[in-house]
Amino acid sequence: MTSGGLATFVVRRLAAAMALVAVVSVGALLLVRLAPGDATTDLVLAHVDEATIARTRARLGLDRPFLVELGDWLAGVAHLDLGESSAFGRPVADLVGERVLKTAELASLALVLAVALGLPLGVLTGSRPGGLFASCVAPISIGILSCPPIVGAFGLMLLALGTGWLSIAPGDPVVPALALALPLAATIERVQSQATAEVLAAPGAGAAAARGLPPWRLLWVHAARQAVRPLLGVAGVIVGTLFSGSLAVEWVTSWPGLGRLLYDGIVGRDPFLVAGCALSGAVLIAAANLAGDLARGLADPRVRVS
Amino acid sequence: MTSRRAGVGLLGFVAVAALCAPVLAPNPPDVPFPDRAYAPPMHVHVLAAGGLHAPFIFAQTLHDRLMREYRDDASVRHTLHWFSRGRLVSLGDDDGPLLLLGADALGRDVFARLLYGARVSLGVAALGVAGALARGTAAGGLAGSLGGAVDLALMWMADLVVVLPGAYLVLVLRGALPLRLSTGAVFWLMAALFAASAWPHVARGVRAIVAAERARDYAEAARAAGAGPLRLIGHLLPAARGFLGVETVLLLPSLLVAEATISVLGLGFPGPSPSWGGMLQEATNVSVLAGAPWLLAPAAALCVVALAVHLAAGRPMLTSSRS
Repeated sequence: MTSGGLATFVVRRLAAAMALVAVVSVGALLLVRLAPGDATTDLVLAHVDEATIARTRARLGLDRPFLVELGDWLAGVAHLDLGESSAFGRPVADLVGERVLKTAELASLALVLAVALGLPLGVLTGSRPGGLFASCVAPISIGILSCPPIVGAFGLMLLALGTGWLSIAPGDPVVPALALALPLAATIERVQSQATAEVLAAPGAGAAAARGLPPWRLLWVHAARQAVRPLLGVAGVIVGTLFSGSLAVEWVTSWPGLGRLLYDGIVGRDPFLVAGCALSGAVLIAAANLAGDLARGLADPRVRVS
Repeated sequence: MTSRRAGVGLLGFVAVAALCAPVLAPNPPDVPFPDRAYAPPMHVHVLAAGGLHAPFIFAQTLHDRLMREYRDDASVRHTLHWFSRGRLVSLGDDDGPLLLLGADALGRDVFARLLYGARVSLGVAALGVAGALARGTAAGGLAGSLGGAVDLALMWMADLVVVLPGAYLVLVLRGALPLRLSTGAVFWLMAALFAASAWPHVARGVRAIVAAERARDYAEAARAAGAGPLRLIGHLLPAARGFLGVETVLLLPSLLVAEATISVLGLGFPGPSPSWGGMLQEATNVSVLAGAPWLLAPAAALCVVALAVHLAAGRPMLTSSRS
């Protein structure tokens, strides 16, 4: 495969990522518009006079037709102005900026933890599938796999409250990161273990050993490099798992991430806040998926042509 | 394989427990018992005064109403009644409620709510799985057997939905609907949302299988014999049976997690009707969780279902992203 192949691959994935961001943010804006009630519903319920409500609607820009609203919003996005939140009375860009970084921090911490735990364990258990170590790790792995992040978050909170081993001070990422990372680490361990066992059973591994390659080099360099491909193949799923799980984990552990802000925006019928959250969330997901795709494209040239 | 059989058995056990909830639960799920707020689980004893005794519990007394402190009164034994008034096990009329898993903030039986909640949570998840399978099979079958522009459009949609984190997708769609709804409306609506967010996983798999089958001789023969596109799909789809079976098992725990997530956020089933997620909502309060850890019973139940699924499927998989 020539470098031109890689460039086309990158451009195609990039275009898909941008389409994702565009569809998700416009869809979010439209959805809040279609939802029953708007940011002035509370005023209506409080029997505030109609002139005040009309003025509030005009100030928040809710009296425009949807296409005009969308056009203005897109023009604003072009110079990083995401509009103003009706619920918080602050620019959406400021609100979202803080929160999206917290979610990204949590997700990347969990990913690093999961890979650091799962990958070496998977290589070790895969190198001797029937061995004592593998038979000890496998049941633990399956047990942890069965604890979705929401359950892990509750369980770790309880553990922290009961024993004081883990800190649950506000802003401490230990509990949320572990809740997200543990099931993921178990998954990575299982996938990597199976792939390593398959690579080592292939004729190539025997040939390399026969030619005098030291066993550690065969396992940790040659086999690990090939065996990482199936894992990169599920990179998109891993990214989805991380973000999907983060919603519940952030809620249970009071982590000030994007999830709670999005919830506030939706329940408060705050169109620009929801659109801003959707936009930044989509950028985060698109970037993570793009990174996963690129890693896969580099590790396995066959991916680039499909 | 024994582990697969164990997984299927465990799933069956949970299903039977949910179906038989009215018989297994010692109390109705929605009755608040006075002076039983956050009462701890009662322990069933079989030993008394050094000898065997029919299973009994010590009477539970409210020691301090403000601190919600309960004590066992070792001098008063209440023997369990079996098969009385249509319930498997309960206490006599004057002995108060039997609380095997303690009580919640309103003094409702957590064990009874767990059993009745299983019906709601497993029911909505199962319905969501059925919807996702139907929609995914239709989309995947059409895309795979027709090819061309239909294939491109459907798979573009599937790819778009598949990368979105399921929990956020369901949250946004649910949030855009009226926030307060009746239990019945939430049930159908949530199942529909689950189907809408989980179908692409099914569609992509079905499409790949159908597209591969389309090139085989029997499909060619059917076309030559004059089978139209719809009839052809009917011939090709049975090849995806095995895949759909696995997918059914895999989607179930992820949709249970989705129900729990949405309910914990307060957009799920309303208060009186028990669901696993709704029960967990109370436990998000740290001080409540510290004082009443038995409120996490639904989380443990969720783990049991997920474990059963992992064992039954015979391989590990990523669950939560599918929600």
